[in-house]
Amino acid sequence: MMEMTAPGSITRIMLHVLYALIPGIIAYVIFFGWGVVINIIIAVITALTVEVVMLLLRKRPIKPYIMDGSAVVTAVLLALALPNLAPWWLIFIGVSFAIIVGKHLYGGLGYNPFNPAMIGYALLLISFPLEMTIWLQPDNTLSFAQSLNYALFSTLNNIDIDAMTMATTLDTVKTQSGLGQSFAAIQASAPAVFGQFAGKGWEWINLAFLLGGLWLLYRRVISWQIPVAFIGSIFIMSLLFYPFTETSPIYHLFGGATMLCAFFIATDPVTASTTPTGRLIYAAGIGVFAYIIRMWGGYPDGIAFGVLLMNMAAPTIDYYTRPKAFGEST
Amino acid sequence: MKEYALILVSTVLVNNFVLVKFLGLCPFMGVSRKLETATGMALATTFVLTLSSICSYLADTYLLAPLGIEYLRTITFILIIAGVVQFTEMFIRKTSPLLYQVLGIFLPLITTNCAVLGVALLNVQKTEYGFVESALFGFGASVGFSLVLILFAAMRERINAADVPTPFKGTSIALITAGLMSMAFMGFAGLIKG
Repeated sequence: MMEMTAPGSITRIMLHVLYALIPGIIAYVIFFGWGVVINIIIAVITALTVEVVMLLLRKRPIKPYIMDGSAVVTAVLLALALPNLAPWWLIFIGVSFAIIVGKHLYGGLGYNPFNPAMIGYALLLISFPLEMTIWLQPDNTLSFAQSLNYALFSTLNNIDIDAMTMATTLDTVKTQSGLGQSFAAIQASAPAVFGQFAGKGWEWINLAFLLGGLWLLYRRVISWQIPVAFIGSIFIMSLLFYPFTETSPIYHLFGGATMLCAFFIATDPVTASTTPTGRLIYAAGIGVFAYIIRMWGGYPDGIAFGVLLMNMAAPTIDYYTRPKAFGEST
Repeated sequence: MKEYALILVSTVLVNNFVLVKFLGLCPFMGVSRKLETATGMALATTFVLTLSSICSYLADTYLLAPLGIEYLRTITFILIIAGVVQFTEMFIRKTSPLLYQVLGIFLPLITTNCAVLGVALLNVQKTEYGFVESALFGFGASVGFSLVLILFAAMRERINAADVPTPFKGTSIALITAGLMSMAFMGFAGLIKG
């Protein structure tokens, strides 16, 4: 468990996680422009401010808790999940809720039952569905200044926002197949959202996150059970329903937030199950729920809800999978 | 077969009585301090809910409807639920005195669990439901209740050990947790059309 290790090692883990996110962020910028960087900047500033205020209110020493970097990781993960054309207040509300309710009301890092970043994301998705589904299309020509202008003032002087935004790949496929279209027909009618083997841009972002995740595994920052069980269950679910949904396992593994979740979100050691068997069940459960909500639910992607649902189940899973103490009867 | 599965998925997850319809919150908050008591309460409520929704369906179809006195539904169902709870109490007292002691006051309190009456009333409002559908509706509702009650109890045991700020200790943080759980269950919205 995290809270049992020295503060310095938490900082080390969080720094590794941030390093491992860099390839994904670079891929994101290449395909979707500077929006994500602005998201990250606003989110990190909000997170640090809210963290300091909460520590003051709770009369805790500020420096060691700020330096552990957990607030920054929460902020960056949430910023990566948000649309790349988000107004500042959206990020502010999401990050504040994540840090205050998701983390500090439970006593801070190590005690929070829910993944704070996903709590913030779910709150925003439920409360502001419109703002949460405005995505810039890949290969847009928006400059850093224009993105910043939108984030601060919600306007793109003289540029038609509708011309630059579109539904994400997952969203397009869900809406169109809901109207009875076959996957091939959707691909033909909306070529702009499809890339080489999955969603345009998304496939490379997912590959980059996979790369960062493998590095985390190699550095033993995260354990193998969660990524393997999560990716495995997404693969098996999508293979099982391939004949009905016409969407291939590759499309699901490299679409949406799959790889980000597999290595960076589901692997949060505080909110995941703590036993090795429990971790397998926990991550497989996220995969199953995420797939079901992604394919048939009312929201474009199911990762956040899958994570929260299994966060809920993690204490129960731990209870039933904990190793027996020596001499303990059944 | 498919519609039966849909009723179960709908009542257990999509329209969960506690987290989506906000019924049965008193036992949800009251009996979730310990995992063992929560499990006992979950089993007792499952039994009562299933049986009472069957009984109330039968009473409605073969007694109230033919006589044209549907306006007596609420009071009839309360009577049926009280009877079923009394029966369960006697049954548990005989079979498991330990569980009887552990559940204590909460066992008779199933009578006033609004989810039990809510399920019975919602059940007869769905005119397309026959006997099997009504039984499944009650069973699914109670499985949904049991599921979230047990998960919640395990979470509360962990939260009790946490360094929660003083104003939020106890019931406040439990209610906040219930709210966040409800948020997670909103992910199921739209899974079943209609």
